[in-house]
Amino acid sequence: MYSYTDFDEAFVRERVAQFRAQVERRIDGSLTEDEFKPLRLMNGLYLQLHAYMLRVAIPYGTLNGRQMRQLAMIARRWDKGYGHFTTRQNIQFNWPELRDVPDMLDALADVQMHAIQTSGNTIRNVTADHFAGAAEDEVADPRPVAELIRQWSTDHPEFQFLPRKFKVAVTGSPDDRAVTAAHDIGLRIVRNEEGQIGYRVLVGGGLGRTPMIGKVLNDFVSEADLLPYLEAIVAVYNLLGRRDNKYKARIKITVHENGIEDIAARVDEEFTRRKSLFSGVDQEMLTAIRAQFAPPAFEAPQTAAFDLAFAENPVFRSFVDTNTAAHRAPGYAIVTVSLKAHGKTPGDATAAQMEVLADLAERYGHDELRISHEQNVILPHVAKRHLPAIHAALSTAGLATANVGLVSDIIACPGMDYCALATARSIPVAQQIATRFDELKLEHDIGALKIKISGCINACGHHHVGHIGILGLDRAGVENYQITLGGDGGPDAVIGERTGPGFAYDQIVPAIERLVYAYLDLREDREETFLETYRRLGMEPFKAALYEDEEARADAA
Amino acid sequence: MPRPFTPKVVTANALLEGDVVYLKADDGWTRRIEEAELIEDEAIADIRLLDAQRRGSEVVGAYLADAKAGPNGPEPVHFREAFRTRGPSNYNHGKQEGA
Repeated sequence: MYSYTDFDEAFVRERVAQFRAQVERRIDGSLTEDEFKPLRLMNGLYLQLHAYMLRVAIPYGTLNGRQMRQLAMIARRWDKGYGHFTTRQNIQFNWPELRDVPDMLDALADVQMHAIQTSGNTIRNVTADHFAGAAEDEVADPRPVAELIRQWSTDHPEFQFLPRKFKVAVTGSPDDRAVTAAHDIGLRIVRNEEGQIGYRVLVGGGLGRTPMIGKVLNDFVSEADLLPYLEAIVAVYNLLGRRDNKYKARIKITVHENGIEDIAARVDEEFTRRKSLFSGVDQEMLTAIRAQFAPPAFEAPQTAAFDLAFAENPVFRSFVDTNTAAHRAPGYAIVTVSLKAHGKTPGDATAAQMEVLADLAERYGHDELRISHEQNVILPHVAKRHLPAIHAALSTAGLATANVGLVSDIIACPGMDYCALATARSIPVAQQIATRFDELKLEHDIGALKIKISGCINACGHHHVGHIGILGLDRAGVENYQITLGGDGGPDAVIGERTGPGFAYDQIVPAIERLVYAYLDLREDREETFLETYRRLGMEPFKAALYEDEEARADAA
Repeated sequence: MPRPFTPKVVTANALLEGDVVYLKADDGWTRRIEEAELIEDEAIADIRLLDAQRRGSEVVGAYLADAKAGPNGPEPVHFREAFRTRGPSNYNHGKQEGA
């Protein structure tokens, strides 16, 4: 894992000291809210519906045990004993008081963490595949380059006032788990015919009110060219991106209005100018960073204890089948710890749970944890012989729910329970769907199904790329939920299609149930997933299941 | 035709805690909407809002929210404002915690 240099440490500490003085000046009245707001946003501090919210970056989703334990301490000391992991690999504290925030930031700096550029029109937290460095199908670990981008983009003087926020994601696997096609820039590590590592660069993806799938700007950018190439893209956007209309300011609109060829030509021209300014120091830094991400020393496979537990304990077997993935090292597994216990808030972990996760990482997991954009926690390097002990510890902590990738593993934004921008609630909808399918005892039979819920058009809950997407809106002063189907956040990303009129708050769970029952009737066999069935049959049969009963009722009335 | 004026309360978030607050008739701030001043006149509402917005060292983001008279005082009209009187629905946190 990357460890701060003296420069990083000094930089983060200085920012905390500056912010401490800014908070003092706000409280004593020397700064107005208009003056203070951009300053607090640069440091991740929002004012939400009921309280302030501090958004802390977890760069490329990677944490060690000490950092997780510190997040637990912060949750206990300055918040209400829990934290919320987000779809952009951040953690949010929902109840800080203004006066305490500088102390929280100092506590974060103690473990090499910060909240810089988690808000504002800057390059945000760089996200990556949560299985990075562990996945069996990986071309290369995306985290060293993600760290390089973080260093380059942090406080980059040219890019502090972009037309709008700017999000970058990196995947090192062909099975894109980082939703790179829904980012302003998506990077996919590839190998060319000569066997060299490089980057396929996607640009102009994004969800929100105008969802777009990223377009390939360049099929192969070599490692040495990557940073000047990224700088060229952001520089072109910085000048060309619209500043007259907030809703047309993201790079996806710039690409859409100017065309990908025009953007590519401008980027190439800018790249030629920029490339000469890069002396190669970035490559030296990348080499040094990469050394810090060297894989741990994996032990020889010893799986007897695992095999025995797997054969004898059906609960353990279900957990392993659902929540573990293939690891690149024999005898190892990647464990996804679900933060989606049925009926609980998606992405929330209590301080006690964070401490259990920190302990498990330190004891069994080479001191590594990951946060996924799907709001779960990953132990990326676990020898299978330790899985029974890990499962037992997770069970005691309420963290052993075997539902990863299933109907109750729902992404949900904070929605109107917390967010000042939300138009409807999303958390209780997720809680009720999960509870309902748990009661029906159907979720393992249903199989792979991604439900994603956003509480407003900004789409933090990624509803556009949910197999079933739910969007909460305010329709004439009442919560109303639109459904989209067929979205996919994978390598061939697809934006879901709207089914038709929305459903009231008390009708959305039965509507989802009808959709799922329709799928169970329609699928060819248990192997055919919801998404595959939808792709084979299209919208009509699902639409019928959603609306026909209603029409019949309306006709009868 | 202009829409008829509906009664309002002045609401904001407290600077230090971020709590939802309402403006009272005596110019104090309260955490309980029932204690807020229900403003029935548009011109008065505009002036009360301007007054509140000048108090930036106490509150942030003052605005007028629709409200209606209830047996115990003003009540919220829109569901967003109803949530603001209570707190989130997934935990017993926020105002409802002490209620």
